[in-house]
Amino acid sequence: MSDVSLETALSSGTSRRRIRAFDAAVMTVLMMALWQAVGSWTKGVAVSPPLPTLFYLFGLLRTSMFWDHAAATLTAFLMAFVLSALIGLLLGLIFGLRRFAGEVAEPILAGFYTIPKVTLYPVVLLIFGLGMSAKVAFGIMHGLVPMTLFTLGAVRNLPPVLIRTARVLRLSPARMMRWVLVPACLPDIVNGLRISFSLSLLGVLIGEMFSSQRGLGFLLVNGMAQNNVPLSTAVVTVIVVVAIAVNTLMLRIGRRRVARTGNK
Amino acid sequence: MTRRRAALFVRIAVLAGLVALLEICCRTGIIDPLTVIPPSEMVASMVDHLGSGEFNESIVNTFSTIILAFALAVGLGTLAGALVHRSSRLRDVADPLLASYYSVPTFIFYPLLVALLGLGKAPLVVLGVLSAAPAVMISTLSGLDGVPPVLIKLARIHRLSAARTLWWIILPAALPRLFTGFKLALSYALIGVIAGEFILSGTGLGYAISFAYQSFDNRAMYGLMLFVLLVAIIANGILYVWEGRLARRRSAG
Repeated sequence: MSDVSLETALSSGTSRRRIRAFDAAVMTVLMMALWQAVGSWTKGVAVSPPLPTLFYLFGLLRTSMFWDHAAATLTAFLMAFVLSALIGLLLGLIFGLRRFAGEVAEPILAGFYTIPKVTLYPVVLLIFGLGMSAKVAFGIMHGLVPMTLFTLGAVRNLPPVLIRTARVLRLSPARMMRWVLVPACLPDIVNGLRISFSLSLLGVLIGEMFSSQRGLGFLLVNGMAQNNVPLSTAVVTVIVVVAIAVNTLMLRIGRRRVARTGNK
Repeated sequence: MTRRRAALFVRIAVLAGLVALLEICCRTGIIDPLTVIPPSEMVASMVDHLGSGEFNESIVNTFSTIILAFALAVGLGTLAGALVHRSSRLRDVADPLLASYYSVPTFIFYPLLVALLGLGKAPLVVLGVLSAAPAVMISTLSGLDGVPPVLIKLARIHRLSAARTLWWIILPAALPRLFTGFKLALSYALIGVIAGEFILSGTGLGYAISFAYQSFDNRAMYGLMLFVLLVAIIANGILYVWEGRLARRRSAG
């Protein structure tokens, strides 16, 4: 893009956008065709094709059973996400400002981020028992670390002059956080929130897939066990669509923030 | 350097303190031994179970699946990244897909994969590749983007062939970022395979852990858990150190 001169970029802007829209449409059609192909190739044993899934989904959305499970997942997920975000933000700010503590903590957190946390789920179950709190705890185990790491990185890379200015103005820690740190780190914080969002969702769903009686994860595994292929395909579709929609929204917000504050 | 060493010592001390605290809490009964067993017991159980050889098959199964998934993810991801990098039109299509790929919990496809491919190694490998390959692809793209144009021009001036340009110029220049992708791919493949075994499978370490949990065999469960986590931490740690060396050598040279 960089070696296209400004003039040609301006004149070809609309046609380029048109090509892009066309390509995106082709891609969508290709993916639908792939879905259809897998569905009809396996004769609907594993995956139900797009159209039947859509019809099934509309029927499913009218049942209260579906909304019960969706509400269970949503409650657990929201609690996990909000707690991960708040605690992660706080920890990230602390570790970012106290450099030595940050240096000590960062590799531990990064190490925790890369281990297969599923193996720890039985421990979570033994501590919290079956039910909502175990799912929330498992969601936090997934969502907390990325939020902390992103915030930590953002604070560490902050121009020192901002922190010095805050010290000169004798801002209290709370005000410093509110007026200096959070606004300056906002793009990274939005990114951290985005990652934390998808990982805490993953944690909650895995929790529901393993020994649980409620939630979309349970519905998915149960659909599989009962050979109700349209049900499991519909649940997967719902989760994928919601996850992509929220992620796109957060990417947009992040970009707008970057455009506004102009940093990075 | 001394500061880094100090941080390392404090880190080790903190971790050792936590383990000791857990040990004390378990021994004095503050933590119910039915919930968590003391760390020393976990180590003893791990040594017992590994020594008895009863899990050898599971271990071989799990790690061969992980290595297969990792190798496929690295191969396919690098190839796809290189292909997409060549065409700006493909790039425009791929970028938004890659940006939202990891927002989808890939793991929810696992039950569908099991129904599609049957219970066994195949769905686990596919799950591992699905979770690891896009990371390699993203890092390949960013690695290729990061190759300074002047190096490409240099290769052209020296009339290097395409293969030699790749080997002598592009690969070394893109290696640090590629390596980050490989590191991520290893941990994603590991997480994907073990999670798959844990939720729905008939073999492997993940299955063994979930089986021990369901038959209330806490000792075996914690022993195996410790083993899996240790292997994951050591594998990631090696790559982490290696990556640091690569980066330092680059900045020094």
